[in-house]
Amino acid sequence: MDPLKHICEDPLERKWVWISLFLAIVMGGMLGYYAIASNIHPPSNVETIDSSRLHLTEEFAEDNLGVKANPDGTVTVTMVAARYGFYPPRIEVPVDTPVTLRIASADVLHGVHVPNTNMATMIVPGYISEVNTTFPETGEFSLLCNEYCGLGHDSMWSRLVVVPKNEGGQSS
Amino acid sequence: MNDDKAAGLALASMWVGFIAFLAAVVLGVYQVAERSGTFPAIESPELYFASVSTHGVLMAFVLTTFLVMGFGYYTATTSLGQKVWNKPLAWFGFWLSVAGVLTAAVPLLTGHASVLYTFYPPLKAHPAFYIGATLLVVGSWIWCLEMIMMMAVWKRAHPGETVPLAMYGTVANAIMWVITSLGVASEVLFQLIPWSLGLIETVDVGLARTLFSWTLHAIVYFWLFPAYIAMYTLLPKAAGGRLFSDQMGRVAFIMLLVFSVPIGFHHLYMDPFQAAGWKFLHMTGTFMVAVPTLITGFTIIASLEIAGRLRGGKGLFGWIGALPWSNPMVTAAGLGFLMLAVGGFGGMINASYAMNAMVHNTQWVTGHFHLIFGGTVVIMYFAIAYHLWPKMTGRQLQSNGMALTQLWLWFIGILVLTLPWHQLGLDGQPRRISSTPYDASLVEMWQPNEVAMIVGGVILLISALMLILVLVKTHGNAQAESNLELEYAEPLHSILRMPRLMNGFGFWTLLVVVYMIASYGYPIAQFFLMETHGTVPWSI
Ligand code: HEM
Ligand SMILES: [Cu+2]
Ligand SMILES: [Cu+2]
Repeated sequence: MDPLKHICEDPLERKWVWISLFLAIVMGGMLGYYAIASNIHPPSNVETIDSSRLHLTEEFAEDNLGVKANPDGTVTVTMVAARYGFYPPRIEVPVDTPVTLRIASADVLHGVHVPNTNMATMIVPGYISEVNTTFPETGEFSLLCNEYCGLGHDSMWSRLVVVPKNEGGQSS
Repeated sequence: MNDDKAAGLALASMWVGFIAFLAAVVLGVYQVAERSGTFPAIESPELYFASVSTHGVLMAFVLTTFLVMGFGYYTATTSLGQKVWNKPLAWFGFWLSVAGVLTAAVPLLTGHASVLYTFYPPLKAHPAFYIGATLLVVGSWIWCLEMIMMMAVWKRAHPGETVPLAMYGTVANAIMWVITSLGVASEVLFQLIPWSLGLIETVDVGLARTLFSWTLHAIVYFWLFPAYIAMYTLLPKAAGGRLFSDQMGRVAFIMLLVFSVPIGFHHLYMDPFQAAGWKFLHMTGTFMVAVPTLITGFTIIASLEIAGRLRGGKGLFGWIGALPWSNPMVTAAGLGFLMLAVGGFGGMINASYAMNAMVHNTQWVTGHFHLIFGGTVVIMYFAIAYHLWPKMTGRQLQSNGMALTQLWLWFIGILVLTLPWHQLGLDGQPRRISSTPYDASLVEMWQPNEVAMIVGGVILLISALMLILVLVKTHGNAQAESNLELEYAEPLHSILRMPRLMNGFGFWTLLVVVYMIASYGYPIAQFFLMETHGTVPWSI
């Protein structure tokens, strides 16, 4: 027997409720499956840092920022977001290579996204944001701050260049 | 004027809402013009962000809260046939909210609270801003208490009877709002106010954002509830038909109450301080909240079909033409549904775990909520005003024709404003920017859409002015309104006995609390379990 029977007399409406539930579950399920199957995860590393002392940390000290090639062929990019720029202001990464971006804020909340790619994260003071991605196309991209961070928010952006594989990666 | 009906309280409340609305629309037009870069003379980030902060607060907190309260008082008294539970307290709540708005307005307008309506720390506003916002919320809690008490008193006096659907929905909203506003209330009371006053040095931004997210989703249903209540209980009657199913309305309201609060978590998809597992869990929850909306769509369209057929409409779609489109409520609902259909589709993208990254914090998001919130919800607010004003003032609407034109203009304006806005988002424009000092290739691509948005804004401003004109002129109309009773729609099948679960909220409230603890308990507790670093205040 239809468990909806005692709250809803109309058979057509009951059918619709079942369809709605079905739709919601299928949509949720599909996207969930897709996310797991293609291993897409939003930045969720839950790592703390003292944003007022970035310069005293090993990882985010000024000299250590930028692009580093790892022995396993992947690339790690370390960046600091601070009003109103991303440092270093220009990074070069190789195409089709797994890139791990690790970004910390030195002051307020920022966000970053690269238009026309799915590279995006919030940058929250007190926490490190880690994004894993690969850039499938070479070219010059803009890295835009997309969370209001103060009156200069508009002008907070920097350059990301995706270069052919053999040219390696660097920053300036 | 029958005082039992609290028309004075309802009118005062809704007027505050609409005055805030008009001011905010003017600011909105300034914003689209400033942003476009077409008028160098008016460009200024200081002004722009003061304006967007004020616009956002007025639209999202002031218009909505006062409209919900005013409509709630009127629905409660008319559907129950009962006085306001405690009238002096209700007026006190109203004035407390007004005082809150005025307190917050000072720093907002003087550029000391340009932190946007989401006021994320560690950007710090003047303490008066947080204190004003708190007073507004406390005022709204008094309204919640009034609604809950009125239903309780009525049930005691009418044992075994079914609470009218309009009241059932109103109380669902009141309970939902109390639970969901606790998030932002704890953020403001325990973190932001003491921190902005210098009593504590730092706040944990992760915790603050998590608490805020607790409020951030269900608040949109707080805004939406009056629209749904009007669709279920006033629209079928206005269209000349019956409500297809009273029970399904209750099911939808209950589902909104239960499902909407815990899913605020989806606003943290892109935040690094919450783990992927939690985000994933909440994504599935987010899809459940589509169910009450799908049910509502079905029930309302079915009710309209009944009305159309009763009026002689034939064939598969003939009933649509037979509906009384000269009735503002019917027109607003029709246009509102169209906007909801377009916007609902976009919402699915926002809610999806993976696609969200493409549009997160781009203009897509602002375009999306202007379409659903500024479009569907607000057009129903207009319809509610047009429907109630004659009952509350005892004067006929002056004039119905102008009201209809106003609704159509609003619909057109919203489409002209928001479709290009979505496109800007897809083309990568970040939200919340006052200018576009980026690559020429990006800026050139954006420009035509920016200009189209100005056209949309101007159409909306004209429409908003017409709304105010109609309401003002109605007060002074010499023609008295003959029917002062607010008539609620009869259900198609008469209600014999309502199951207890669908006539009260005890069980459902308990369920939300348990669901909330399960879904937010650990994500909040983690901030006290791990070693975190707070952040000092930063000025804009
Ligand atoms: C003439 C009509 C309107 C125009 C031209 C307009 C324009 C704008 C603009 C340009 C922004 C800034 C967006 C950004 O930079 O991210 C904005 C923000 C906002 N608008 Fe409107 N708007 C209008 C009507 C409305 C309505 C009717 C509502 C809701 C009832 C609304 C609610 C909001 C909210 C809550 C924000 C804050 C967004 C944020 O802080 O990110 N607006 N509006
Ligand atoms: Cu920034
Ligand atoms: Cu939400």
